[in-house]
Amino acid sequence: MNLLSVEHDLDRARIERIVELARSFEEVAHRPIKKVPALRGRTVLNLFYESSTRTRSSFELAAKRLSADVVNFSASGSSVEKGESLKDTVLTLSAHKPDAVVVRTPWAGSSELVAQWSGVAVVNAGDGKHEHPTQALLDIYTLHKKLGSLEGLNIWIVGDVLHSRVARSNILAFQLMGAKVTVAGPPTLIPRNIEALGCEVRYDLDGLKEADVVYALRMQNERIEQPYLPSLREYAKQFQVNGRRLSPRQVLMHPGPVNRGVELSGEVVDSPQAVIATQVESGIVVRMAVLYEILEGAGSPRGAAQRERQLLA
Amino acid sequence: MNPPMIHREGPQADLLITRAHVLDPRTGLDAPHDVLIRGGEIAEIGEPGGLTAPEGAEQVDGTGKHLLPAFVDPHVHLRTPGQEHKEDLDTGTRAAAAGGYCAVVAMPNTSPVVDSAPILRSLRDAAAREARIPVGFMPCITQGMQGEHLTEMAELRELGALGFTDDGKPVRSAQVLRLALQYQKMVGGVLALHEEDPALSGSGAMHEGTVSALLGIAGIPSISESTMVARDALIAEYEEGHIHIQHVSAKETVQAIADAKARGVRITGEASPHHLTLTHDGVKSLDTRLKMNPPLRTEEDRQAIIAALRDGTLDCIATDHAPHARDEKEVPFEQAPMGTTGLETAFASVYTDLVLPGTLALPLVVERMSSGAAILGLDTPKIETGRRADVTLLDLSAEWTVGEDGYESRSENCCFAGRAFKGRVLMTVAAGSVAYRQRAFAVVEA
Repeated sequence: MNLLSVEHDLDRARIERIVELARSFEEVAHRPIKKVPALRGRTVLNLFYESSTRTRSSFELAAKRLSADVVNFSASGSSVEKGESLKDTVLTLSAHKPDAVVVRTPWAGSSELVAQWSGVAVVNAGDGKHEHPTQALLDIYTLHKKLGSLEGLNIWIVGDVLHSRVARSNILAFQLMGAKVTVAGPPTLIPRNIEALGCEVRYDLDGLKEADVVYALRMQNERIEQPYLPSLREYAKQFQVNGRRLSPRQVLMHPGPVNRGVELSGEVVDSPQAVIATQVESGIVVRMAVLYEILEGAGSPRGAAQRERQLLA
Repeated sequence: MNPPMIHREGPQADLLITRAHVLDPRTGLDAPHDVLIRGGEIAEIGEPGGLTAPEGAEQVDGTGKHLLPAFVDPHVHLRTPGQEHKEDLDTGTRAAAAGGYCAVVAMPNTSPVVDSAPILRSLRDAAAREARIPVGFMPCITQGMQGEHLTEMAELRELGALGFTDDGKPVRSAQVLRLALQYQKMVGGVLALHEEDPALSGSGAMHEGTVSALLGIAGIPSISESTMVARDALIAEYEEGHIHIQHVSAKETVQAIADAKARGVRITGEASPHHLTLTHDGVKSLDTRLKMNPPLRTEEDRQAIIAALRDGTLDCIATDHAPHARDEKEVPFEQAPMGTTGLETAFASVYTDLVLPGTLALPLVVERMSSGAAILGLDTPKIETGRRADVTLLDLSAEWTVGEDGYESRSENCCFAGRAFKGRVLMTVAAGSVAYRQRAFAVVEA
């Protein structure tokens, strides 16, 4: 079993199963010895073609807390720099017989190719600007924790939607869970036809008050050079989520790392409404759940849950 | 000027094709006939069963089959020189003959690019040794295909250049295009244009629309093509030159060409089989065989191209046959090179998807499959006594699956791979000699 995209691999039932499983792993993080033997003897390969400290270490910790062996393979300083193709790299690494591959690349659809070529379970940790399904899962998990459910929630995703795989996965996943999604940002950073994904589009934050959840995206400096925006100052003026725009009942999310003073003002980052640290925490248990599900839980979720209760006992 | 078309001349055919349905809209033939080819020329067209094979002639039973004027493709990539791992003059012309073609025109974006007389001369020499059917060459408009300085067009024309193109790249500078059109008054030769504004295309890898929004892949907007076509039509109008718009993909481009034609501009255009039959919906699969430039666009664009081919706004069908090696295409979509092969599937794809459902009439398609010839100043194949034999025999009811028996091309990046098509080429006679015969297709008597 794979987790390559929200679009093809997730439905509400599977998301709820993963959230449930993640909840059962929650208590492991609070043990003095943060480990269960669920994936003992299994090998998880992290194949990263983009620099990523957070996502990679989150997957690494998740695998290790399940007692799997982890090998990290990053594109820099490797055969990739010597011109090896993705396919040859995958075939070579497959010879190490991993049980699961976690892959991030700058190219859409690459995790599917890795799944085809490796023949083992694959988790997409970000493919280009396409999808980042575990981010969507951990965001749903965080909202479950904070608000109980996503049913009927009004969620605004604000910022650079054009270059964001987080936005694409979340637009799809939040709607699967019953939320209504609005994307807002400057027209130069909102992809043409994005409403085909079911979301609404706004070019200002005038209606932000109607949101239950405000999800700010990271604004990258490169966008100024390219030049999608006249300046970060102008962006912040129009779209920064700050104390003036955020109301106390709203939940604030961000995939990290935050540019303080750009997409978020410092005061909202530090406010109790922000659940950014919870998102990071959720990342580990959700990724534990995903790895466990794809390696042990295939076929019978009930059987898996039983096995897992035994393992946790 | 040297003859523009060259190939390795084969034995001139002595061949009697009996009882085939002969269809040539230009000569008005549309009924079963016997066609006798002697010494590579169409010697006689007679009543079905009325002709007898002379001594030593092959006889082919054409009952239930169609004999058409062979096709001419003004736009193919044969990858020689420098990229022979993708295709060469032998494999490329073999693929063409297998698709029913009697002549193809090769683009110059090779390695090195064809921008000087010595390179063109050596290519022509190679074609005289290797090409199974006549090949013509279009050298670059600009030196090094860099878009800055014109090539030595006069010398290249003398040597046999059919026209000029920087295909694969646009002529970005309006002034350079204007100079080329001024030079055209002296040397002749159409300018074939790959229309795209590099700034608008950016790093785009597919059509900008609903599918690119879903995939998060940078899009190539339709305006990248249409704005350049509108600009270049105005320049051609001003200079009274002839431009030919390659591989039209967007409805706005169709409109720009129609407007220019209405003003009397000498502008022609081509439609590719893939833009006539496929849309960006297929790209959801991220199959790299569906990555080409210009990209597959929407159903509305496809319908506009079909209508334009029907009403003559677009003049001909051209494949833009663009072979790439397997390992070059076995990469993530955004990394893959642009292009699909097309010579072996062109007729069958258009016949299956557009003629059989009644969208386009068969005679119109037959005409458009060779009308690129006249645009380039070449003889148009006709089934007529006294003419050199350029004919192709097809079984329109034969169903086949693309790729199941491999390809004649060296490459297999065909956007139609796996599709079941009707209409199979059984035999092609090009420049009077048999250039292709389907393996299973038997000669009655030899």
